[in-house]
Amino acid sequence: MVEVFRATWVVAYRELLRFVSERSRLFSSFAMPLLFLVIFGAGFNRIIGTMTPGVDFIQFMYPGIIAMTVLMNSVMSGLSVVWDREFGFLKEILVAPLGRSGIVLGKALGSAAVAIMQGIIMLILAPILGISITPMLVIKLIPMLFVISVSLSGLGVLVASRMRSQQGFQIIVQIIIMPLIFLSGVFFPVNNVPAWLEVISKINPLTYGVDAIRRLFLGGVMGQGGYTIGVTILGHTMTILQDMLIVSIFGIVMLLIAAWSFSKQE
Amino acid sequence: MNIIEVENLSKHFGQLTAVDTVSFEVPEGEIFGFLGPNGAGKTTTINILCTLLTPTSGRASVKGYDVVRQRNEVRRSIGLVFQEPTLDEYLTAEQNLRFHAYAYGVPKGLREERISELLELVELSDRRKAKVRTYSGGMKRRLEIARGLLHRPQVLFLDEPTLGLDPQTRRHIWDYIQALRQQDNLTIFLTTHYMDEAENCDRISVIDQGRIIALDTPDKLKDALGGDVVTLTAENNEAATLELKERYDLSPVIENGTIVFTIPQGEKFLPKLIGSFQSRLVSIGVHRPTLDDVFLKLTGHAIRDQEAGFKEQMKGMRGPGHRR
Repeated sequence: MVEVFRATWVVAYRELLRFVSERSRLFSSFAMPLLFLVIFGAGFNRIIGTMTPGVDFIQFMYPGIIAMTVLMNSVMSGLSVVWDREFGFLKEILVAPLGRSGIVLGKALGSAAVAIMQGIIMLILAPILGISITPMLVIKLIPMLFVISVSLSGLGVLVASRMRSQQGFQIIVQIIIMPLIFLSGVFFPVNNVPAWLEVISKINPLTYGVDAIRRLFLGGVMGQGGYTIGVTILGHTMTILQDMLIVSIFGIVMLLIAAWSFSKQE
Repeated sequence: MNIIEVENLSKHFGQLTAVDTVSFEVPEGEIFGFLGPNGAGKTTTINILCTLLTPTSGRASVKGYDVVRQRNEVRRSIGLVFQEPTLDEYLTAEQNLRFHAYAYGVPKGLREERISELLELVELSDRRKAKVRTYSGGMKRRLEIARGLLHRPQVLFLDEPTLGLDPQTRRHIWDYIQALRQQDNLTIFLTTHYMDEAENCDRISVIDQGRIIALDTPDKLKDALGGDVVTLTAENNEAATLELKERYDLSPVIENGTIVFTIPQGEKFLPKLIGSFQSRLVSIGVHRPTLDDVFLKLTGHAIRDQEAGFKEQMKGMRGPGHRR
């Protein structure tokens, strides 16, 4: 047990140390979400503004983009495992008296901390987009980002536990993780789309993470206009807590499988 | 007391038998060497002893702890320096060492003192705050040795500790190893395919194709050859070999175009041979046996150094340019 605890903190500590000593990562990692926000937001605002009653399309997208920033960064925790394997440092970790499950948890917690920081940085844009943020909102946002991030980091580490090369990992990111992000309701409300898309989106656990953050930002206006832009299942509108419960269950399952898979590798 | 005990250890990778029923013991405080060509099973054995691989059969223990059932106890007792660097190049030397100290639970009060002490030992104190990616190959290896010692292990495993380093740095690293042994009765287990390096070991285990084919002190291994080594080339090597076999009752082998055989008191034998030899000689020489000769005699082939050279070239190609 001591080994698991020590593994968790020492691996998380290194993730943060790496983040601090590589400041360029801070900027590169939210370049893409920002690009999506500006280009899609500006480009589609007038055309599909009617799909999101009560809010501008860009205001609709913004909470989703914060979630996306966190999701993308969390996946990168898996990439860092593959890097460590390729450049040898993983061996240093594996021959140390550290519990395997703690290594997985440490990776997830370390990258969650980094992802939260990056999500918070995205808040700078809120005033420009005409979205008001209160200290209370930020306080609620942090634990939500934490749960979402740890969950997806679990998935990232799970994939990485069996990957030998960065190229292999990138392929998995493109065929599994990018679709998960695109189908999570970041770019469109999942209630007003073709049935097949709606079904896939609602099976996707990330959808609930995005929905929870959107509710936090736009809670008051989400029910306007006769139908909701939030997620409903069989007529039931999800609450933030229910959303987070789904994400948490997904995360715990991912972390457990990742820990198992990681400890079985040779 | 034996600090390492290995009994009938085997490791298969699919059809390939990397380690084949190997048994040996290493007493505390010894410098024990695994000598053999690349692919002989040296690294696989180390990986089993340091808990990175599970053996297919047989058992092994370090400091009395079983390497399969008591992994964390084994891990705490050993220090490791691998063939390939295992440092975080984006952190400084100091940060790498500190990570290691945390990972092994080195007490807080001793941590900084030991880090400074070890950086001093490997002469990297002035570069302690530099990122490791700015280090040369030799500096990285020295840093890894320092790191391997940080938690005061009883056994230090060195897998080809000087592979790819220049002769000066190689000597330097050997000076550290000798000094360490004297300091605190550290047991050192190393693999190498450099014959001159193997001479530094108290005992050598010669390994080829996954099997230990000899295990003794360097001197005894050489004595077992039965005298001095004579190398000669003739205008017709085949005819000369035949003559040596038939007229002198020797067992010569041809290695790289040179006839090699061993004979007691080689200096006295040479004049006799030259006086009566029928084949035309091109060159002839005699020397005290080296571990090279031992290896050749035991396996029928020399340690293929060209193979090692190729491997080092490949390592050079995978340089910092490929890293992010």
